[in-house]
Amino acid sequence: MSIAENLKVKRATKSSWAGLVIAIVVVALLAMGPYTFGRGMQQNLVILFSLIVLGTMWNLLAGYGGMVSIGQQAYIGIGAYGLVYIADTLGIDPFIAVPIAVIIAGIFSLPISFLAFRLSGGYFAIGTWVIAEVVKLIVEQMDVLGAGSGVSFMALTTLSPGRRIAYVYWLSLIAVVIAVAVTYLLMRSRLGLGFTAIRDDAVAAGSLGVRVTRSKRIVYVVSGMGCALAGAMIAANTLRVQPESIFSVQWSAYMIFIVVIGGIGTIEGPIVGAIVFFALQQWLSDFGVWYLVILGLLAIIITLLLPRGIWGLISGNGRIRLFPVGYRIANPLEKFALIKPAATPEE
Amino acid sequence: MGWLNAVVQGVLLGGLYALLAAGLSLMFGVMRIVNLAHGVLAVVAAYMGYFLVDKLHWSAFLTLIVVIPAMAGIGYVLQLGLLNPALGRGGLAPILVTFGLAVVITNLLQQFFSADTHSIQTGTIATDSIHITDDISIGVFSLLTFVVGVVVIAGLQMYLSRTRGGRAMRATSDDKDAAQLMGIDNKRIYAKATAIALGIVGLAGVFLGMRTQFSPTAGDATLIFAFEAVIIGGLGSLWGTLIGGMVLGVAQAVGAQINPAYGILIGNLVFLAILAFRPTGLLQKAVNS
Repeated sequence: MSIAENLKVKRATKSSWAGLVIAIVVVALLAMGPYTFGRGMQQNLVILFSLIVLGTMWNLLAGYGGMVSIGQQAYIGIGAYGLVYIADTLGIDPFIAVPIAVIIAGIFSLPISFLAFRLSGGYFAIGTWVIAEVVKLIVEQMDVLGAGSGVSFMALTTLSPGRRIAYVYWLSLIAVVIAVAVTYLLMRSRLGLGFTAIRDDAVAAGSLGVRVTRSKRIVYVVSGMGCALAGAMIAANTLRVQPESIFSVQWSAYMIFIVVIGGIGTIEGPIVGAIVFFALQQWLSDFGVWYLVILGLLAIIITLLLPRGIWGLISGNGRIRLFPVGYRIANPLEKFALIKPAATPEE
Repeated sequence: MGWLNAVVQGVLLGGLYALLAAGLSLMFGVMRIVNLAHGVLAVVAAYMGYFLVDKLHWSAFLTLIVVIPAMAGIGYVLQLGLLNPALGRGGLAPILVTFGLAVVITNLLQQFFSADTHSIQTGTIATDSIHITDDISIGVFSLLTFVVGVVVIAGLQMYLSRTRGGRAMRATSDDKDAAQLMGIDNKRIYAKATAIALGIVGLAGVFLGMRTQFSPTAGDATLIFAFEAVIIGGLGSLWGTLIGGMVLGVAQAVGAQINPAYGILIGNLVFLAILAFRPTGLLQKAVNS
């Protein structure tokens, strides 16, 4: 009987059970938002929710998949335009149009991944940006999508403003829960384990049977779909989609800052980062674009000096895990050795 | 027959793209850093030139004797202060740091120079042209840019292949640990490479500012065009970068000839086509990334 057989491997921790309870309470409280918050507050929270979804999706790509994209705005735009076109022009119910737009983004992202994956590292980053620019330039030539001046989202305007804002708010809250849950489940699965191996040594992982490119492609497609979901939220919140703003590289800057500042490679990080980003943006909104200067400097400093971000500080470098994706040994060897000093050979 | 003219203008434009791309190519070649702030740094050089010409009334070409050394100095400090530490932080860090830097610089330019467009006044050279046939006339400035582009690429190639400093850079690029054992100080080599890269960016940025109007966000398109020139030409080949710049320039000029709105789109599509069908670029040299 070896020692290893007596070891228990578990995934959840005390902090993760507490985290689950906290998460349920927070979501339940937020779900009552339309009854307690004003309309302006709800619309602001939708912006925050879309930032959390975007950060979570960018983190999935870079934090787990090791792919720095600065072109996810392609999918934000596809989601936003997809929702408006499907709901307004095709006349499908907006709340069904959202998942359809998300699926369309997924269908687009698959062939795009074959092109983008020909590049790696920093060149992958610029390559994704070029692809986003191409999508924008093509949309700007399409009259059905309002060409250069964009489109207004009309389908929801039949509702009373209060009702419309509440629906969009709930939809966005659901989107956040889905984005975080999907990331959590993906990273807990075999795929997540594979990514841990790829992160440590891609060649070794490949030789042990981890399908590196396939895993990356799955994450790329899921991330594109998540960004499209955020794009649909943004369109439903602002009721206007313009190519220059929805396909702006600014979104990528937001995502990167959110993830880097919050803590790359953790599920909690982008949530914390989005809240910090949103607070700074609101707080410094009277001072022009200074918030982007401050956030950029913060991102550089954190990358160099505090690579685990703010969540790394809060959690004591990962001791507190609200979303446990790893494996831990319930009764570590040293403890085991104290209880049973000599591992007596039996039989 | 505007087509032939479009091709000629495109080739000449390629010289500017090659000039803009040479620094990007050099930094990647020596230390595998893709500098995402590359484009906005060219715009910083353009603003330096604009400031000297517009506020201090220097002549446009004279600004180069200040802008090039200033940009080279920025490059040296940037490498020692930010990029060397980032290199020690693993694969994502240099990308994130240079991206953060690009956003910071773009927004600082916006604060200090507003979002308005500016250009560097050059006098009569901007409009002088050489008459070839009835359809084709070559702008003196375009031709000068092209010649400077070719000379810079040739000079850089010569430096890398013939000089002691260039040899040290290639050695570091091939195997930095072995190079260090031979007495090469990698960090200094990297700083020197970035200084040279940004010196060229300084030159390219001033030419960019003399050629077109620019605003703080012009760095985005500049980075994209430089990157496309590098990839079309093939990673690791400076002459490839020149060819890549020319292919991109011709694609954009011919695209714009079809419809003025299509120029940049066609350039991007040609780039994507090369990526799809010839991902190693037109002139490829073996490079491990």
